[in-house]
Amino acid sequence: MSQAAAAMDAIHDERAVGLWADAFRRMRRSKAAIIGGTIVAIFVLVAIFAPFIAPYDPTRGNLAESYLPPFTADHLFGTNVQGQDVFSRIVFGSRLTLGIAVLSVSIGVSVGAVLGALAGYFRGWVDAVIMRGVDIMLSIPGLLFAIAVVTWLGRGVVQIAIAIAIINIPIFARLLRGSLLSLREADYVIAARSVGVGAGALLVQHMLPNAIGPLIVQATLALATAVVDAAALGFLGLGPPDPRTPEWGTMLSDTYRYLNDAVYLAFFPGIAIVISVLGFNLLGDGMREALDPKLRR
Amino acid sequence: MGKFIIRRLLLLIPILLGLSVLIFLFIRLLPGDPASTILGERATPENIIRVREALGLDRPLHEQYFDYLGGLLSGDLGRSFLSNRDVVDDFLQRFPATIELTVTAMTFALVLGIPLGMITAKRRGTWIDNGGTVLSLIGISIPIFFLGLMLKWLFAIQWPILPDSGRIDLIHYYFPSVTNMMTVDAIIAGEWGGFVDALRHLVLPGITLGTIPLAIIMRITRASVVDVLNEDYVRTAHAKGLSQGTVDKRHVLRNAMLPVVTVIGLQTGLLMGGAILTETIFGWGGVGKWMYDAVVANDYQIIQSGVLLLAFIFVFVNLIVDVSYAFLNPKIRYS
Repeated sequence: MSQAAAAMDAIHDERAVGLWADAFRRMRRSKAAIIGGTIVAIFVLVAIFAPFIAPYDPTRGNLAESYLPPFTADHLFGTNVQGQDVFSRIVFGSRLTLGIAVLSVSIGVSVGAVLGALAGYFRGWVDAVIMRGVDIMLSIPGLLFAIAVVTWLGRGVVQIAIAIAIINIPIFARLLRGSLLSLREADYVIAARSVGVGAGALLVQHMLPNAIGPLIVQATLALATAVVDAAALGFLGLGPPDPRTPEWGTMLSDTYRYLNDAVYLAFFPGIAIVISVLGFNLLGDGMREALDPKLRR
Repeated sequence: MGKFIIRRLLLLIPILLGLSVLIFLFIRLLPGDPASTILGERATPENIIRVREALGLDRPLHEQYFDYLGGLLSGDLGRSFLSNRDVVDDFLQRFPATIELTVTAMTFALVLGIPLGMITAKRRGTWIDNGGTVLSLIGISIPIFFLGLMLKWLFAIQWPILPDSGRIDLIHYYFPSVTNMMTVDAIIAGEWGGFVDALRHLVLPGITLGTIPLAIIMRITRASVVDVLNEDYVRTAHAKGLSQGTVDKRHVLRNAMLPVVTVIGLQTGLLMGGAILTETIFGWGGVGKWMYDAVVANDYQIIQSGVLLLAFIFVFVNLIVDVSYAFLNPKIRYS
């Protein structure tokens, strides 16, 4: 390795560690990040350990015990019309919701980031074509687009994830393109190019680590909206086709007839959605504060 | 300034064209053959062929597309088979309802959001600020459909002080439909009772749809005002001896509003998605629910033209927002 390249590596590594260590330190101090992080952690744990936490099988309904009110020893959140335990359904529902959210955002981020990176790096007609495509996708209201995609692909967990992923792609494409465009002018990038660092190494080693910060923040916030969108699709009747599958949004749509007598049937799944979305939003906000270079001292 | 507007208008064209292609292809790929869906029980093979021919579905794709484009440009957006009326008529009948709802929601969001944002910005760090931040975070975390259900339960069922669905009670609805907006029509006809009733029906759906924009506007206003308060020109204004109120109005508010204006444009897209949910919960006869029903029933004429119309409106609103942003921000105007 040449002297210059080795020196560049040393500087790069030093700065990279500096950025992340500093970011984690600041995140630990941000109340938002801590509370949000805790909520998300609980959410993930509940999803993983669902079979151990839920007292009943969420799909087995005992008609003799249907419509029971909440806050009893047997059924913490009561039972629904088919006699299924609401608490168990909420616990198992977290698996579905978390799964859809993570899957859809992963796909959306990957595809979007690649498109944005291509547009931001190569510019010219590549940029123009990709950005026009992004503009077109952004001009259709998100939920409507998701509804259309699910109607086209059919109902099912993967299809819902794809629909939500598609809504996210233009957002991440724009984000990454913007980051790259501004990073191109950064001193260290110009310096690296003048030393002779090739396009690939430049992109991956120097520009991307600095573009990742806003990407992670946006991804966390995208997880929040993915949870809401998945529930919205469920609410509109476009959720997983098997009616016994516990999905928070579908649980809400089933129950809106019963608002008069059994508001708890709608209340608990709804609150579950609110808390998980709140967790992701808090975490994303906290991370944004921590990673904001303007606030670095 | 003029060049800026023209440039933006020209950019509209490829976007709309691209949109029309995308929607056109999308519809053709939807499962289910429109002809058999239309015919329903009378879907014999001969009938299917005849309907397909009548609809032009047996012609090559590019011919169909140019027909479609030609129709669009001459104002013919097709005929819905659900209602057997022209899509344009269906849309125009329902759109005012959605406008009423959206305007109410946005007014609610702005009237509460901007002052709250300013207050929390000026009282940074106090419990007012912290409380406001928490509330706005909760506001963006509540799904619209849950909020709608809970509001409906609280104010229409538990304490029946507000109506739970519809746009107006039949008792009051005896004035003619001029604009199809209940409030406006009532005023035109001079029916005070009808106007008040229409307003009562707007409260719950309006609050439901407007809460998320409220929270977002509050946050953006706060961030923007905080930035502006640190600017030199504000300090200069104070040093000149201007009263707090004058400084606020003349310098802080105007400059802080720029990001808010941008956000309003983006919110329009969110509002149209939210309108689908709100209209479903509150039985509101607007465009949102109409589009949703169309997608589920595979009424491809509505989907095709409706989505295009909505997208066009959204792009147009964003254009207005961009232009007004340029107008408000001299830096862009003169660049």
